[in-house]
Amino acid sequence: MIHFEQFVLQNGLKVIVHEDHSTPMAVVDVMYDVGARDEDPEKTGFAHLFEHLMFGGSVNIPSYDEPLQAAGGENNAYTTNDLTNYYCQLPAENIETAFWLESDRMLSLAFGEKSLEVQRKVVSEEFKEHYLNKPYGDVWHKMRTLAFKVHPYKWMTIGAELSHIEHATLHDVQQFFFKHYTPVNAILVVAGHVTVEQVKQLAEKWFGDIPSGEKYIRTLPPEPLQRTARQLEVHAKVPIDAIYKSWHIYPRLDQRYYITDLLSEILGGGASSRLFQSLVKEKQLFSNIECYHFGTIDAGLLTIDGKLVKGVSMQDAEAAIEAELEKLKVSTIEEKELQKVKNKTESLIAFEDMSLMNRANSLAFYTLLGDTSMINNELQRYNNVTPADIKEDAVTIFDPGNSNTLYYYAGN
Amino acid sequence: MVNRKIAPVIKDAIDYTLELKPCQKFLLDNNIPVYTIDAGAEDVIQVELVFHAGSWYETGNLLAAMTNHLLKNGTTAHSAFAINEHFEYYGAYLNRNCYSETATINLHSLTRHLKELLPMIREIITTATFPQEELDIYRQNMKQRLEVNLKKCDFVANRLIDEYLYGFDHPYGRYSSAEAYDALHRDQLAGFFRDHYVNGQCLIFVAGRLPVDIAELLNKNFGDLPLNQSAIAEIEHAIVPAVNHKYRIANDSKAVQGAIRIASDFPNRHHPDFTGAQVLNTIFGGYFGSRLMSNIREDKGYTYGIHSYLQNHVQRSAWMISTEAGAEVCEATITEVYREMERLRNEPVSEEELLLVKNYLIGTLLGDLDGPFHIIGRWKSMILNELGDDYFDESVATIKSITPGDIQSLANKYLQPEKFYELVVV
Repeated sequence: MIHFEQFVLQNGLKVIVHEDHSTPMAVVDVMYDVGARDEDPEKTGFAHLFEHLMFGGSVNIPSYDEPLQAAGGENNAYTTNDLTNYYCQLPAENIETAFWLESDRMLSLAFGEKSLEVQRKVVSEEFKEHYLNKPYGDVWHKMRTLAFKVHPYKWMTIGAELSHIEHATLHDVQQFFFKHYTPVNAILVVAGHVTVEQVKQLAEKWFGDIPSGEKYIRTLPPEPLQRTARQLEVHAKVPIDAIYKSWHIYPRLDQRYYITDLLSEILGGGASSRLFQSLVKEKQLFSNIECYHFGTIDAGLLTIDGKLVKGVSMQDAEAAIEAELEKLKVSTIEEKELQKVKNKTESLIAFEDMSLMNRANSLAFYTLLGDTSMINNELQRYNNVTPADIKEDAVTIFDPGNSNTLYYYAGN
Repeated sequence: MVNRKIAPVIKDAIDYTLELKPCQKFLLDNNIPVYTIDAGAEDVIQVELVFHAGSWYETGNLLAAMTNHLLKNGTTAHSAFAINEHFEYYGAYLNRNCYSETATINLHSLTRHLKELLPMIREIITTATFPQEELDIYRQNMKQRLEVNLKKCDFVANRLIDEYLYGFDHPYGRYSSAEAYDALHRDQLAGFFRDHYVNGQCLIFVAGRLPVDIAELLNKNFGDLPLNQSAIAEIEHAIVPAVNHKYRIANDSKAVQGAIRIASDFPNRHHPDFTGAQVLNTIFGGYFGSRLMSNIREDKGYTYGIHSYLQNHVQRSAWMISTEAGAEVCEATITEVYREMERLRNEPVSEEELLLVKNYLIGTLLGDLDGPFHIIGRWKSMILNELGDDYFDESVATIKSITPGDIQSLANKYLQPEKFYELVVV
């Protein structure tokens, strides 16, 4: 049970406080309700580029990092297709430093030309490091384009192409900031060795006078139901053939999300999972195989991704995957196998909750989803899943018409 | 209205008293030492068995790592699948890791399931069978994985720089190859297992919310095994560093980035300069605000990240600078690295920058002591490196008291370009 209290400032900033007096530290987490899905299709990669610029100094404070480090703190941030999250941890006695820094960059940035110029280069190098200079690095670019025709999940957070980042202007940056980086579109979580009263007073003092901004109303085009299987063949300079299959799944708030999460564990979670045991160990068709999803807020993808043992044909490999999926569609799984993945989920949650930073982060995420108390009843939602649910879910998701397959061939 | 130009008053992190929660120690009937930290809010536990079974003791390349990895791939009573299913059914994770000196078996689970899991660990460390088929599958899959990894410039660079520092025949400088995977036989694994696990030397580290009968549970499962019956074998490996100091390797004709590694040999944690060097390293390239990051990422945009660190083994360390930079700016990046070394040698660091780094280090140390797993990790490092119980306190005292003069003289002693190996893999 994770205890928390919440209140809302007059400007619309939602504040969550989680007291934990077993640590001398405090965590301040600011989550903005904006991700790559909110970008202009002609200016992708912007939410993430922007995250970098948030460290280039704010309107009253030339450097974010230095004062925080001087106060014994450290910080980081990340951008996903759904949201952008900034978090720092520091000795609780210095917590006001974090309020000062975070509130000033919510108020306004410095918008320096030099900062933009440098971060464009840094992000280009990040793009190269993670997506270009790596075997199979372009898989997700290709898979997203194949699986999404309309919804903005069709591009990666780093951007659809390098040129979008290279052409970003200071004007674009400013517009983006004033549209999304406002109290009414943000969530503040303070956790650790703090009290609710103290956080109320500090939040009012530092965030209270920031203009609320306009609530961003998200109107994203939903991805139309996919009815016909899609395939793409790729030949690239990689040593081993690989196959990637993705199916559309459900939004994060749909109860079927929990069923699908357990389904992915049954297929690909760990060394006793079905795909690993059958296809790597028994049939020896794959050198490794995984099944996963990204837990996106809008309907995302469930993916099976495997590298073929040399000499195995793509057809045989794919047929073997299909055979495993077929088993889930025609026969109901044993209660014990379902219990196994539920138990794994329970301990995963317990391990994640050990870290103060993770707790703060989860509180922000569930608040963004609309219900902070979800943090305490996720396990129940998993436990409600039945063997019949798994079967029904498998039938729906693994419909051939819902599949997107990338055949990635080794070439020279 | 609050004046946002004025920073709130801070308490310097160096004014904090840092205390490492003491760990408890007891011996099992067969003298296996057990170290415990009982803390935390969640019902979780970690039990780590550390064996002196690292690559230091192997008689064939990869023997230690392969033996360690295949421990849970079959026992006289259970198949690999049955073993995995047992741990996973209880939501537990059993990880294996092989290092240069030690190899570990590490269990994470909910505390209430511990008694169901320890007997299977006992079974593994006494009756693992290393089935031929498991070995063949593992070998084939590792060779394929290696083939993919060898396409990555950073992977290749990490291997080569260690070889330059220590020589390929030293455990710190050796790396895998398809031939090495092919050369190992089942009998060698079984022999290494017999000598270094069944009849080996073991220490146990336990942390989390401990059951009241933890000592009894451990004794029942491990206290009667023929472990720790003899002294650890004294084996010497000669370090044979490379003669040439500069390397440019072409790995991928289409690479858009190069992997840069610049490294020099450095003494181990027992050396009196060690903690001071860590403070110097933090200033140089050890945190986001470091000289290397500020110059090469935040001013020039040559890279997504550049870091320096002390890569620690028990016997030796290495001072390592590591980055992936745009292919066309690799040489410019190296020039800037040496320029930052030169600045640290020639100009004393300001009191302000040094205080910031001290606060940062103490603050992160304070944060790192969050939770039982981190605390036992500190103890484990001190115990396995035989650093003594006061090491943590002494390190904290050094961080708090080090001066700009100390930093400059350390820079002059260690940050000399001619001591470093330099490698770019493109």
